[in-house]
Amino acid sequence: MEKRSPVRLAAGFAGLLAALTILIIWNINTGSVRLPVREIVEILFRRTGENVTIVWNIRLPRTIAALILGGALALSGFLLQTFFANPIAGPFVLGISSGAKLVLSLVLIGLLSRGIAAGSWTLILAAFLGATMSMGFVLAISLKAKRMSLLIICGVMIGYICSAITDFVVTFADDANIVNLHHWSLGSFSGMSWENVGVMTAVVVPALILTFLLSKPISAYQLGEVYARNMGVNIRVFRAVLILLSSVLSACVTAFAGPISFVGVAVPHLIRSIFKTAKPIVMVPACFLGGAVFCLFCDLIARTIVSPAELSISSVTAVFGAPVVIFVMLRRQKDRS
Amino acid sequence: MEYYISTEKLAVGYDGVPLIENIGIGVRRGEILTLIGPNGSGKSTILKTMIRELRLLAGTVVLDGRSITEMSERELAKKQAIVMTERLQAELMTCWDVAATGRYPYTGRLGILSAEDRQKVDEAIRLVHAEDYAESLFQKVSDGQRQRLLLARAICQEPEVIVLDEPTSFLDIRHKLELLDVLKTLVRERNVAVVMSLHELDLAHKVSDRVVCVADRRIDRIGTPEEIFRDDYIRTLYGIEKGSYNALFGNLEMEPAKGEPKVFVIGGGGAGVPLYRTLQRSGVPFSAGILQENDLDWPTAHALAADVVSVPAYRVPDEETVRKAKEMIRKCGSVICAVKTFEEGNRSNRELRDFADTEGLLVTQEEVLIRAKGAAL
Repeated sequence: MEKRSPVRLAAGFAGLLAALTILIIWNINTGSVRLPVREIVEILFRRTGENVTIVWNIRLPRTIAALILGGALALSGFLLQTFFANPIAGPFVLGISSGAKLVLSLVLIGLLSRGIAAGSWTLILAAFLGATMSMGFVLAISLKAKRMSLLIICGVMIGYICSAITDFVVTFADDANIVNLHHWSLGSFSGMSWENVGVMTAVVVPALILTFLLSKPISAYQLGEVYARNMGVNIRVFRAVLILLSSVLSACVTAFAGPISFVGVAVPHLIRSIFKTAKPIVMVPACFLGGAVFCLFCDLIARTIVSPAELSISSVTAVFGAPVVIFVMLRRQKDRS
Repeated sequence: MEYYISTEKLAVGYDGVPLIENIGIGVRRGEILTLIGPNGSGKSTILKTMIRELRLLAGTVVLDGRSITEMSERELAKKQAIVMTERLQAELMTCWDVAATGRYPYTGRLGILSAEDRQKVDEAIRLVHAEDYAESLFQKVSDGQRQRLLLARAICQEPEVIVLDEPTSFLDIRHKLELLDVLKTLVRERNVAVVMSLHELDLAHKVSDRVVCVADRRIDRIGTPEEIFRDDYIRTLYGIEKGSYNALFGNLEMEPAKGEPKVFVIGGGGAGVPLYRTLQRSGVPFSAGILQENDLDWPTAHALAADVVSVPAYRVPDEETVRKAKEMIRKCGSVICAVKTFEEGNRSNRELRDFADTEGLLVTQEEVLIRAKGAAL
């Protein structure tokens, strides 16, 4: 093992935690009303002051949501990259987010037209259903097409088809809430409630812990199926668990924040190049932290750069994430020649 | 002694379609069992079934007295290690890290290596002589080095049987020898059983304790190398039509040049071999003589020459043989003499040389080659 790696690991995690802390404070402090750090501390710990509602009801849940969902997204990307042994796989490029979005829109519109508001668990369930459907398609394709680019192209196409149907459905549904739905279908962390935050924590945190406990078989699987089997991994069970975990994670993100592009692909790569390792025992926690930092940063930009209007979160993540993907593909090309 | 791993009435194949049926092979600990046979005969399929990568279509594979299908993944992993032809993906992993993955069945829930694990990895790396590049990235080292690390990885697993699929392909001769040397060490010192497939017959001949011949979708023959590696059997096993195989030396020769012999080569004591090869390469058919059948030149002459004038081992050629050789020289029309000095026992060849000289038929190798080129043009 590389001798410098413990130092690199410590420095990497320290850096991520510092960035996370700074971004949390920055996210709470910035907005139409600027809050000095001292006031934030006062509000958080004593719940006093005139801006207590802004912090407690709007900014804090939104910040926590960006943190949890960002982490979930990056983790889901890492799992998919491992599963397909494909460095540019991710919930968005494989059409899994879009599948979740489609079923979710149908359910929402169906419920809204009957005057029923959907709860957090219903949202997650619907998104999970959609995510699994897309995943099923992608899996079927991956059996036929071993080439990495072909798999990605098929994923992107599935994404387009799902988005087109979603747009169609949203356009023809007549309800005041459609405006919200439209906003959500572009991706946004706005309007998070504490109930949302509670549910997403209940889903994402156990998934994170489970993934971390799977570090060992994941590391074996990274070597290739033949070798993993020889090391004693039950491949069929393991693959099923991996698919389930990544679907749950990306479904949860889509249910609350809509489809968010490129985080799942870009963050694991950035983390790999920071930590110079692909070991899951490092990658799992680091990807989660990295995804949280990335999404907090992008959400900050999304809601401040054209304030009081807001950009969709995907527009921002794409600007920072897509170049990473291009870079990764070019570098692989170079490595191969 | 009992077989450590064996198959009984095993049928192997893909997608439920049997490729080879009724396979019964086995290997004891401390032995090397080698599968040979033409490309596509099913060697890999058998190996893949023995490591449970492919489903058994019928019969059983018994490892240490138990059927492998009844074993848990972890149990099997502690007994059986593999070196397959599939590329091992190792993003950002050093060679040491790759070897260390062999400790997997022995580490805890999170796969963290103990001091003992690390020591065993170091040991395995030393055994395959990979210390110099242990800290390099696996993706950056050569094929030969990778193959050694895969073996180190298998050694770390502390298996009782190692299954290798064509472990020497893509390696140069030095690395081939080193790899097989490590295998021999494992077999001798750690009493490991080895099952592998090999393409290099000469190596298979020298390293194996038992050889299984796979051809035409069946196990054609099983035996010791001495039983298997016979000229005619290897020819039929591989369907060799052009050229020949010399089992004693594990030597492969090309097909002789076609046509009437154009030159007679006086050889003996190894002086003839380079000349025979040169003539064969240039497409010049030739005759050779006079050779005793225990002469160093004889096997090559036998494989490459149109005719060989020879006598049984240790017999001095009689006048009849010399007369036959002279006749052949006349027919060829030219003679190259590869022998520099003639000892007393080689009187007949000196007589041939003198005969060619007086007849004006003695030529050099260069002259023959130039003439051959001219004829071709």
